[in-house]
Amino acid sequence: MNAIWNYFRGDQDEILHWTWTTVWLAGGALLVGFVVALPLGWLASRYRWTYPPLVTLAGIVYTIPSVVLFLALPGLIGTKILAPVNVGIALTAYTVALMVRIVADGLASVSGDTMASAAAMGYTNRQRLFAVQFPIAIPVIGAGLRVAAVSNVSLVSVASIIGVSQLGQLFVAGNNNNTLTPIWLGLIIIMALAFVFDGVILMTIRLLTPWQRAVSKP
Amino acid sequence: MRLADSADLPGLGSVGTWLNDPANWVKSPNNLLIHIREHVIYTVVAVLLALLIALPVGLLVGHTRRGVVIIAGLANSLRAIPSLGLVVLLVVGISPKIHETQAIPGVLDRGQLPYFIPIEIILVLLAIPPILVNTYAGVQNVDPYARDAAKGMGMTGLQVVRKVEFPCALPLILSGLRSAVLQVIATATVAAYAPLLGGLGRLIVDGDGQLNNKNVGYPAMVGAGIVVAALALVADVLLVIVGRYAVSRGISGRYRKAAAPQLPADGTVSEVQMMRA
Repeated sequence: MNAIWNYFRGDQDEILHWTWTTVWLAGGALLVGFVVALPLGWLASRYRWTYPPLVTLAGIVYTIPSVVLFLALPGLIGTKILAPVNVGIALTAYTVALMVRIVADGLASVSGDTMASAAAMGYTNRQRLFAVQFPIAIPVIGAGLRVAAVSNVSLVSVASIIGVSQLGQLFVAGNNNNTLTPIWLGLIIIMALAFVFDGVILMTIRLLTPWQRAVSKP
Repeated sequence: MRLADSADLPGLGSVGTWLNDPANWVKSPNNLLIHIREHVIYTVVAVLLALLIALPVGLLVGHTRRGVVIIAGLANSLRAIPSLGLVVLLVVGISPKIHETQAIPGVLDRGQLPYFIPIEIILVLLAIPPILVNTYAGVQNVDPYARDAAKGMGMTGLQVVRKVEFPCALPLILSGLRSAVLQVIATATVAAYAPLLGGLGRLIVDGDGQLNNKNVGYPAMVGAGIVVAALALVADVLLVIVGRYAVSRGISGRYRKAAAPQLPADGTVSEVQMMRA
């Protein structure tokens, strides 16, 4: 533990900088991906025939190994090969791929009775979507978002292989020098970051769904 | 492990050429078929081991309803581990301590075992959460009346699990298995970061230092990535077919109408589902 702390102190500025890069890449991709996935998921739940193609496509995107996606993107969209933006876009694609299905399933899981009651109370389709269907689906969508956040944070480290400096650099250092200290440090910081992301989303879900606490557990 | 900043990278068109060249599939010593075979072996071993662990635990947790919070938390923290970091950690940390170098005929060559074990640990850790979470969520979602009826008929706890809860939870368990397989196939590429191991990741990792080479560089990397995605697609279709035959018709009929959503790792999710039921 002491060795890990010393390693951190010895290279503090750079490691903190890497931490920030990781946070930006993972968090930015999460936000953008979520915003893109919402309408797509809604589409898949509203028009059922769009569900199989969208979800299958998402599943395929999700299986592309991240290194390959990082590398194929410059060919596909003409970005520079070492640019961190490739990593951001790739992580955004993964977030969208994961969230489309969950948003669609979450929206579809809202009971028909609830939707009918809202319509009967005079909600327009749009009001019903934003005031009833989305809020009720928040726990499901939020659970998916937690998974996406946590996996984004750990995926960023793969970008070391294509030379984008972030916390994965610590793994490369450990591998090159055959020492465990930087690897442990990297694992600890990355997992801590993942838990922070997870905690923030969990708190947001709690704040957004006060009714969940009012209902007693069965 | 750092690339040269190469503006004149071979285009994506070269990937098609590479994939269409039969030499890359069978002839060359480092060909795709060999790597596909290795990739499948790593995946199957990991998924079977994960099933062996996650299925009983999931059934137990779902049946007794004890430890749900712990399991959900544990499953989520397993997801937080960066696989690349864990690969490096285990390969640097435990591989030198394994002195068993026996070959396993048909599976592993001599000397691969010390690296195979850490890679399998990582893949198993990755495959456990989706199977585990879906198993207990599936069992929890079994109609309580069906469970009570089984108990009322005099079934023992084990019989209830085997004859009622497991078959009823099967659609969700299978969808957990599908996402586990998907993730393992995608992640098995990390095996190539360990020395002596192969899999499709070998082409990706080896291509890294020589991007501009049109035989083993960029085209091979992206080509191997496409093959990984195709492999995952094939596995997914196979599992869907297995599901068609394995799931009792009485259950799939009901689930088809409700379009059984695959549920992520959270108690809240199953609550929503219960509300709907």
